[in-house]
Amino acid sequence: MEAFVKHTGLVYPLNRTNIDTDQIIPKQFLKRIERQGFGKFLFYNWRYDDDGNLRDDFSLNYPEYEGASILIAGENFGCGSSREHAPWAIQDYGFRVVIAPSFADIFYSNCFKNGILPVPLSGEEVQQIIEHAEKETYHLIVDLKSQKVYDENGWSASFEVSEYHKNMLLNGWDEISVTLNYEDAISAFEASRD
Amino acid sequence: MNQPKTIIEKIWDNHVVHQEEGKPDLLYVDLHLVHEVTSPQAFEGLRMNDRKVRRPDLTFATMDHNVPTIHRNVIKDAISKKQMEKLEENCEEFGVSLADIHHPDQGIVHIIGPELGLTQPGKTIVCGDSHTSTHGAFGALAFGIGTSEVEHVLSTQTLWQSPPQTLQVKVNGKLGTGVTAKDLILAIISKFGVRFGTGYVMEYTGEAIRDLSMEERMTICNMSIEGGARAGLISPDEKTVQFVEGRRHAPKGEDFEQAKQEWLALATDEGATYDSTVEIDADEIEPQVSWGTNPSQCVPVSAKVPDPDEVEDDSDSVRRALEYMGLEPNQPIESIELQHVFIGSCTNSRLADLRKAASIVEGRTVHEGIRAMVVPGSFAVKQQAEEEGLDKVFTEAGFEWRSAGCSMCLGMNDDIVPPGEHCASTSNRNFEGRQGNGARTHLVSPEMAAVAAIEGHFVDVRKYDQLVKG
Repeated sequence: MEAFVKHTGLVYPLNRTNIDTDQIIPKQFLKRIERQGFGKFLFYNWRYDDDGNLRDDFSLNYPEYEGASILIAGENFGCGSSREHAPWAIQDYGFRVVIAPSFADIFYSNCFKNGILPVPLSGEEVQQIIEHAEKETYHLIVDLKSQKVYDENGWSASFEVSEYHKNMLLNGWDEISVTLNYEDAISAFEASRD
Repeated sequence: MNQPKTIIEKIWDNHVVHQEEGKPDLLYVDLHLVHEVTSPQAFEGLRMNDRKVRRPDLTFATMDHNVPTIHRNVIKDAISKKQMEKLEENCEEFGVSLADIHHPDQGIVHIIGPELGLTQPGKTIVCGDSHTSTHGAFGALAFGIGTSEVEHVLSTQTLWQSPPQTLQVKVNGKLGTGVTAKDLILAIISKFGVRFGTGYVMEYTGEAIRDLSMEERMTICNMSIEGGARAGLISPDEKTVQFVEGRRHAPKGEDFEQAKQEWLALATDEGATYDSTVEIDADEIEPQVSWGTNPSQCVPVSAKVPDPDEVEDDSDSVRRALEYMGLEPNQPIESIELQHVFIGSCTNSRLADLRKAASIVEGRTVHEGIRAMVVPGSFAVKQQAEEEGLDKVFTEAGFEWRSAGCSMCLGMNDDIVPPGEHCASTSNRNFEGRQGNGARTHLVSPEMAAVAAIEGHFVDVRKYDQLVKG
């Protein structure tokens, strides 16, 4: 997995709450058996019209958000289905960070397996960023080591992340390789129950 | 004396393989259920890293999301077909048992787990599917995982998990006649919202929960995730034990007697405390209908669609939802015109659900302009229903009678609701586009769906009972 240490990027604000994984990646794209190539289907039903053309009234399609790599949205981001295709689509589109006041549990843990940093900030901080990014081109710097999000004008906010998730991302570790170091403990546990 | 514990803590403590400061616990998984949609990339990961499935004997696969429900051999969609073939190849290569599309054990993964006796109290159960919470009805700790975690469990039979916060959802009193488990869980989510359970494992307690059958408890636990909780469970009792007894994978003879004592001892101890508790009165609950685009957006059938100008918070979401649903503020729920009725899904496709719906449908005719279908949750449910003649009851009324699968709950196969059309659905999610691009879903109980099919719009099933009897 690609490590995540520090990231500077353009912010794309999507001011909606309870964005479910069905919206992030609709079901018709879950039939693929690969991990790659989901980015073009991100927010498919919002981004494209019935004929498959990009809609000019959905903000992600605005030219000013081209190349955005920090997605910010309302509370309970990623609720619903457990589909990891959602973070795959977000990552493949080019986002490395998702900021929201709260995340659904399964989506949150799926992010860490895919080199995406989910950043929980307060509702007030999220609103500040959204308003700023809706008004003008806005870049943020997200530093995992110091657990801070800041801009070039002195605005900053801190966020929580567990030591475990933090180390996993900072080092880009493959979790299975880590766990296989505990194989003796797993075998002993199994033996104790037989 | 030992500190009183909740069932959640007891199951957790029984499954910790490794514990270390600054890390989540390494938790053992007793049962791993697999389906075609969220597993191909996981098996591919094993292959690329030359890894094996550690415990094929604790892993069980089926096909449900993509399967056609009319002609089993006609899979029109080439990509769906490929995904199903991939699961066959993967199960063959890694030695995992598979109930494929023609197998008599096939069905929706959350229906067949309990049916086969794989689901048992005290187990940790995972699946790459958020409705894994269903199995919590048995007093199992069951939750949905992503595909990377599927790969992790295949390879190690464990997951790194932080101990959850515990949330008691206490349901006082008794449900009224004609008010179902589905109405109860919708009312709970409507009252407390779509994220009250985030970060928690819920335990449902109280008189109304004890009164529920196992099928009804599965309906409740199934939708825990719609309230934000990855898992929701109910302490085992005699009903739980009776349901499991005699099933194919259940312990037998003396082993069963011993298991029974262990299962009953898992129930939350008197005096155990939860991190949080919410309460609801069952006797105040009416049959529910969702009007919006998340499961908390529902009201009693006698009520009206809300007015975004009058709601206290998040009026933008209400406005957006009404626009998507094509509904007017203050429109009576009973006035919504329906074009589709779907009875099925891991929430409500068990035999008990079909029996209840059939008892309403019997001798009546599906309303003109309504396309109604019943999709049994498993091959076994279908077979039993046919033995009881339920298929005839439905087809004579004008319902389509299908084979088992997830079907119109998420429309990954051909069963979809066209844009702009309204569907009374016994499934669990009314998200935008869930049943098809532009589809308008209304979540209801099987009884309410059956009445809606006959009448062409929503009618309070309690009034309907009276009309019928009178």
